[in-house]
Amino acid sequence: MSTIDAGQIGGYVRNAIFRSCRYTGLKIDTQAQLLIKVNAVAAVIFLLIGGLMGLGVALTRWPAVHLLPADWFYLILTGHGLNLLIFWIIFFEMAVLYFASAVLLNCRMATPRIAWLGFVLMVVGAVMANYAVLRGDSSVMFTAYPPMMAASWFYLALILFVVGALCGVCVFFGTLVIAKAEKTYEGSLPLVTFGALTAAIIAVFTIASGAIILIPTYLWSVGLIANIDPLMYKTIFWAFGHGTQQINIAVQVSIWYLIAALLVGAKPLSEKVSRTAFLMYILFLQLAAAHHLLADPGLSEEWKIVNTSYLMYLAVMGSMIHGMTVPGAIEAAQRRNGFTKGLFGWLRKAPWGNPAFSGMFLSLVLFGFIGGISGVILGTEQLNVLMHNTMYVPGHFHGTVVAGTTLAFMALTYLVLPLIFEREIIWPKLAKWQPYLFGIGVAGISISMMGAGTLGVPRRYWDITLTDAAFAFEFPAAAYLMMGLNGIFALMAALGGGIYIAVTVGTILAGKRLDTKETQPLIFPLHSAGPEAAANYGTSDEAVKLPGTIILVSVFFITFVLYYFVNWKYLSDLWLFS
Amino acid sequence: MSIAPPEQRIWWREPIHKVELGWIVIVFFWGLFMFFFMIAWHFIGNQNLSTETYRIQPSAYVAKVEAFAEKYQVGEENGVPIVRPPAGEDVYLLARKWEWWPILELKKGQSYRFHLSSADWVHGFSLQPTNINISVHPGYEHVINLTPTESGEFGIICNEYCGIGHHLMTGRIRVID
Ligand code: HEM
Ligand SMILES: [Cu+2]
Ligand SMILES: [Cu+2]
Repeated sequence: MSTIDAGQIGGYVRNAIFRSCRYTGLKIDTQAQLLIKVNAVAAVIFLLIGGLMGLGVALTRWPAVHLLPADWFYLILTGHGLNLLIFWIIFFEMAVLYFASAVLLNCRMATPRIAWLGFVLMVVGAVMANYAVLRGDSSVMFTAYPPMMAASWFYLALILFVVGALCGVCVFFGTLVIAKAEKTYEGSLPLVTFGALTAAIIAVFTIASGAIILIPTYLWSVGLIANIDPLMYKTIFWAFGHGTQQINIAVQVSIWYLIAALLVGAKPLSEKVSRTAFLMYILFLQLAAAHHLLADPGLSEEWKIVNTSYLMYLAVMGSMIHGMTVPGAIEAAQRRNGFTKGLFGWLRKAPWGNPAFSGMFLSLVLFGFIGGISGVILGTEQLNVLMHNTMYVPGHFHGTVVAGTTLAFMALTYLVLPLIFEREIIWPKLAKWQPYLFGIGVAGISISMMGAGTLGVPRRYWDITLTDAAFAFEFPAAAYLMMGLNGIFALMAALGGGIYIAVTVGTILAGKRLDTKETQPLIFPLHSAGPEAAANYGTSDEAVKLPGTIILVSVFFITFVLYYFVNWKYLSDLWLFS
Repeated sequence: MSIAPPEQRIWWREPIHKVELGWIVIVFFWGLFMFFFMIAWHFIGNQNLSTETYRIQPSAYVAKVEAFAEKYQVGEENGVPIVRPPAGEDVYLLARKWEWWPILELKKGQSYRFHLSSADWVHGFSLQPTNINISVHPGYEHVINLTPTESGEFGIICNEYCGIGHHLMTGRIRVID
């Protein structure tokens, strides 16, 4: 431990206490470390609550089980969306932002007091929202479209949470400023921090939209405003709701680069391409809210087409670039590491037994194949009519935000536990299996939900047998099969999620301490060249051949094109409308 | 390593890997293709959601639908009128908690001006098993030129969550030859 005098920034001087990391040589501000810990722990708690709710939802939608009564179903579905999509993800993202700024830049954290304030606001907001939902008068889903109204608690809770998150984002920006001023790094930001910066910039726009819509809605719920226009609400709500998804993507892609760097020594093929791909997110994502409005009245075709495609698919292009450069960087690094046999020797010899690697790679593949492709299909102006608000929609976003983001966060946790919590993973064998169980389970629920949606099964629906409805309608047997498969894969995903929580909590409470003796090897080692490579690495790998990556992206591209046209075929069979 | 600053300070001058460049070109043109295909479908396709929309008070819309149902009513089922408008006519469907009202009888191959709006909350028109899904907002009257291409009994369900009766909200369109 060493204490150094912090520089003069804004007149406020804090004596930051640093420790130095034995494995990477990075200098870590202990305040930043503590904030990373508390945010990560809060994230895991909300993952547990939301995950249990998710299991309840899936078991109710399994027609043969049909676990919960209708009112409870809608209640926990609201809770499931809030706790996972918002609380789990954003708490974890706060930890990642602090990590990518203070830790990776070897820097002290700006104003930890504000970071703490943000944390407290977020905890209060999240607890209050759960209270509002569990009271039973706010089963409005996380989207809460007016004129349906929740208890005013509900909106207030979300406002507090969002303001808290904004505090965290400000601390991140402040830390970047300090690092620059105190010259804790040379030249440009590292790519991972750059990715986190794009996420933070997007967060500012997004949170602003959230405030613009949530504050009047809160005033409406307490009776101070007479009316909220539903179409206006939906438009602004999704600037917030979809913008947050773009934050998730930027963070998750940064995590892919981070894990690839620490575990196989991968560096980007070219900094220019990877950074430009991040910039595309900032430039085009604000248009994305439109794809939630494709089936709505009153908006022109021109507006829909330009916006839903993020101006000619330029943000989609960003993701497809990362989808190639990340495996490309891994292939290049593995070939340098000596795994040069055949087309896929580099991939076969990758550290598949390390849950950080397997989780990251599964996240990359599942996000692209399931979440990415289905997202473009849903976001196509005309195709949207085929699956708007069907189960296809949750199928799509369990491919993005669960198989992609959540799995990437889980993978990162296996590095955060030894490096930040300084604890050795307990139950390494279980941990090894965890990403596979969770990844395959989530892929299963995503695909079965997409299948059910293609057959017309609606989302957020308690009973597809329509037993009590006035004009019953029979869904095809295949739809029931899909919902049953969804239930079975949900059990698998829940098991994977449960193991993740058990390993994480077990490690934090009872893992062997790594901060006591001299350097000890880790159960899941980092790449041997890790620390040196971090400080001193070669030029970009322009010369290395990447045959494996070429095949991987070709398979992806062909799948994408075929599936795209299959859906146009479905569409052309519908009734005519214009 | 992606966790250290780029080795070349002027990273934007670095050469691009060939594979990267090839992939960028492919995805860029694929993006352009998908973009222009949406536009093209407005000319070559027969499924394009209309944008014709009018502002209307929910109560005024309810009155319109009731007048329409009264004018063309031919029967009743479960207390809901069955309405058979002449081909090519304006057809009105009302979404409200928790029913689609009234029952419509349309003729196959005929085109109708199909009006959709809600009396209360946001609902989701979902025609099954055809699988046409359209959002329905209170205060907005959406007019779609609709041509059924198959005959039979079709179910309407609601696929926008609208409270505890969401899964009870059903309706019927019957298409006759
Ligand atoms: C054990 C793992 C999980 C299972 C079994 C599961 C299952 C489900 C199911 C069956 C639905 C309901 C679809 C419907 O009736 O409309 C759903 C909705 C949803 N899930 Fe999950 N899920 C899981 C994990 C997650 C995670 C980790 C997240 C977020 C990061 C998430 C986010 C959502 C959201 C936002 C909804 C939509 C809620 C709404 O319609 O308002 N889920 N989930
Ligand atoms: Cu409804
Ligand atoms: Cu509904």
